[in-house]
Amino acid sequence: MSAEQSVSAVRPLAETKQEVLEDSQAPTRWEVLRRSGTFWAGGGIVGFWALAALLGPRLVPWDPYATDLLHELAPPSAAHWFGTDQLGRDIFSRVIVGSRDILTIAPLATLLGTFAGATLGLAGGYLGGLFDIILGRIIEVLVSLPLIIVALLVLVALGPSSVTVVIVIGLVFAPVIARTVRAAVLGERALDYVAAAELRGENALAIMFVEILPNVMGPVLVETTARLGYAIFTVASLSFLGFGIQPPSPDWGLTIAENYGVIAGGYWWAVAFDAAATASLVVGVNLLADGLYGALAA
Amino acid sequence: MSASLSVEGLEVTYRARGRDQRVLRDVSFTIPAGGAYGLVGESGSGKSTLALAALDVLPRAGQITAGRVRIGGEDLRGLDGAALRRLRARQVSMVFQDPARALNPTLTIGRQMAEVYEVLGLPRAEGETRAASMLGRVRIAAPQRVMASYPHQLSGGQQQRVLIAMALAKEPELLVLDEPTTGLDATVEAEVLDLITSLRDELGTALFLISHNLRIVGRMCERVGVLYAGTLVEDGPSETLFANPRHPYTRGLLRCLPEAGRRKENGRLETIPGFPPPPDRRIVGCVFAERCLLADAHCRAVAPPPRDFGGHVALCHHAERVPDLARATADAWTAPPVPPAHLPPLLETRDLSKTYRDGGVAVRALSDVSLALGSAETLGLVGESGSGKTTLARLLVGLAEPDAGGAIRLDGAPLEARARGRSVAARKALQIVFQNPDSALNRAHTVRHLIGRVLGRLEGLTGKTRERRLTELLAAVRLEKRHLGQRPRQLSGGLKQRVAIARAFAGDPRIVICDEPTSALDVSVQAAILNLLVDLQHERRASYVFISHDLGVVRYLADRIAVLYLGRLMEYGPTEEIFRGPHHPYTEALLSAVPTLGAGRERIRLEGEIPSPVAPPPGCVFHTRCPRKLGAVCEREEPKLDLSGEHAIRCHIPRAALPRSRDGQMRAPLARNDVPTL
Repeated sequence: MSAEQSVSAVRPLAETKQEVLEDSQAPTRWEVLRRSGTFWAGGGIVGFWALAALLGPRLVPWDPYATDLLHELAPPSAAHWFGTDQLGRDIFSRVIVGSRDILTIAPLATLLGTFAGATLGLAGGYLGGLFDIILGRIIEVLVSLPLIIVALLVLVALGPSSVTVVIVIGLVFAPVIARTVRAAVLGERALDYVAAAELRGENALAIMFVEILPNVMGPVLVETTARLGYAIFTVASLSFLGFGIQPPSPDWGLTIAENYGVIAGGYWWAVAFDAAATASLVVGVNLLADGLYGALAA
Repeated sequence: MSASLSVEGLEVTYRARGRDQRVLRDVSFTIPAGGAYGLVGESGSGKSTLALAALDVLPRAGQITAGRVRIGGEDLRGLDGAALRRLRARQVSMVFQDPARALNPTLTIGRQMAEVYEVLGLPRAEGETRAASMLGRVRIAAPQRVMASYPHQLSGGQQQRVLIAMALAKEPELLVLDEPTTGLDATVEAEVLDLITSLRDELGTALFLISHNLRIVGRMCERVGVLYAGTLVEDGPSETLFANPRHPYTRGLLRCLPEAGRRKENGRLETIPGFPPPPDRRIVGCVFAERCLLADAHCRAVAPPPRDFGGHVALCHHAERVPDLARATADAWTAPPVPPAHLPPLLETRDLSKTYRDGGVAVRALSDVSLALGSAETLGLVGESGSGKTTLARLLVGLAEPDAGGAIRLDGAPLEARARGRSVAARKALQIVFQNPDSALNRAHTVRHLIGRVLGRLEGLTGKTRERRLTELLAAVRLEKRHLGQRPRQLSGGLKQRVAIARAFAGDPRIVICDEPTSALDVSVQAAILNLLVDLQHERRASYVFISHDLGVVRYLADRIAVLYLGRLMEYGPTEEIFRGPHHPYTEALLSAVPTLGAGRERIRLEGEIPSPVAPPPGCVFHTRCPRKLGAVCEREEPKLDLSGEHAIRCHIPRAALPRSRDGQMRAPLARNDVPTL
């Protein structure tokens, strides 16, 4: 037994302290996140809407679908906090419940885009060669197309449905995420742990998903959150144009489309609250993304 | 005349995450005008902080909480911003470790040099002429061409010379050098150190040299300070401090170095067990007490006062007992070293070449290398950057494919070029320990996963048997069970390298390629890792291909040595013959470039830079720098390497004429070689 071994056995305390010290020199990512006002503000807004989507139907004061033709376009009051729409439906209840569809479709679309994009980016960055070159060119072409026009074309061709919206947005996002992931993978690929994995005979899938992926999760997470903001925006736009979420959903984009004609008559409340809800959700998601990015850069 | 730098009772505190960390504790020393003071210490000891504090350029989190710094007699505390700037512009200069980062990549060298003179108030045109002449003084051959270049167009050695030129342009009273040669090759390092010494003699500048390399400090400085955990534990004239250290830490550090001539057969290297205390710990007694063999209750309770041994000060209660200090690590091996068997070679390479394509340009990284490695034998690969050492390692393990015509044989049977194509048995047989454990260990995984995965892949082990083997491996590399759940960032550099070694040994390899496994580690940690490698070789009869630029380490470990230059094998033979000579002129220069603490060996200067492998010189690739070039034949014809004997040398000079007479013309005496042998 070497003296070195015996001494470290006698003094495990000193060694442990040293190890703790090494990663305590700078604040950890988690600590930066915990102290980030941006992150918590964004988290608060998004959390609010997530709760609204989950529990909304049980909490709202009125049935969001119940029409009341005697109280059409009533201004905000104690009974109807946000007023009523052209069919006399309670706008407050509709705004709260209206978060459900968009908060289902946008995250699903983002997840699909992240999964497809991360896989492509990992494969391009790790495998390299001809595959990477071709993938790179395809990504450039897809990224240069205006998102909303591509989405509209596909939806016109296939007919609007929520599933189609998820798939279309997911596929349009994939190349953008693939590009971010590929750049991160190129940095990791040059590290010796990848060579070590090859030397013990790991296959390409294991190297990509077990070895490299955990180390590029940071950028993937930031990109995904930022994309979620765009997805919400896109779903709202498509619904507004009539190709997204379909009636009778109280969806915000759809409600704005149905009611924007009456703004000229002074009935601002018919669209203002839905517009504000959409904006607040997008801002909240972007704040979350900013907070995550700040923590990642630390 | 006042001292050029005097530091009195300096204490520097960093505030990190609401906690104060004392990085320097009561540090005092003086550099007389024109003197040279060396500061040695291991990573984390506070060396760089001391340099920054001396110029009052600490980062925002750091603060001088006690003591004072005087430059040229002037107290920095009393100076306002403008006066400080004036002082830094005229009286002190600093040269940093990484020259590539100290130069502005978007400005030409000429522009950056001229700026120094503009700050001094000279017109731009004159600044440029002065810059050109300064570059000439730092032995840059074509100053005009270098002035027009951008930093990335220069080699590391040239960049460092430019920085030294910039630092000396204002003829400062004090030059602070923070690890000035750490990133440079041995021959370039020797040249830069020579340059600093001669410029110091010309200009009378005082030097404050910071280094982890005891030999460099010993060679360059009259006085040396040893920093440990922010405390200057010993401070004295180089000769007495190295010959007769009065602090147990200094003694330990000196013993960790593989001394000249020491071989693994002679015994283990000394180590310093334990770890330095973290900077946020409140230390009551002696800072070194935890790791000291002499420490008693008094040491742990009372901080030792400075004790003066005739201008040689040590902070130790037991300073007079240090000369007879026992070793902390047993000298003898538990298992006696196995002499390598001279049977048919285990691993052989035949005419191995590798050409990389880089944007249409062919770069020949390795050229016709034929080597052999026996069972339980260690082959040392030596050479400077660009010599093809790492390329050879990658070819051996199958991370790169050799050019057609070359072959690697294991047990006489040809190996597939790529690891992917090799059988599990062949992959198991050849494993590698990479240079940098931070890159080689996946930071997302725990130690259990890092090693367990290899046991699963190469040995097909699962469940209980895997767990048992994991524990055995851990014990073999002297790690403990609690390390299993930790991730690399929770481990120190030495512990990380142990995990990497455990991983390489997981598949019970017959050959382990070690690519500079200790170059990123402190000397005390390096000694422990080298001991471990020899232990494992004894226990498991593994063969090593050991790549290193440190000749002392290679001499300690290797049975045979191959010297590479620009991808060619220049010399190949048993270790003792390589060191005894006759040498290839390149090997001779490499050997002489090693700064020694021992009685001065005369230095052989190599002129010029290592040529680019894109356009290697015709004939003998070494002729552009060779001090013993014969003439046209060297430029025309590549000398042959006769591998039939034990010791092969690729040189046109006949073997009998290779040994030099004691007063060969090219020899330059060492500037400071008065450090006695340890």
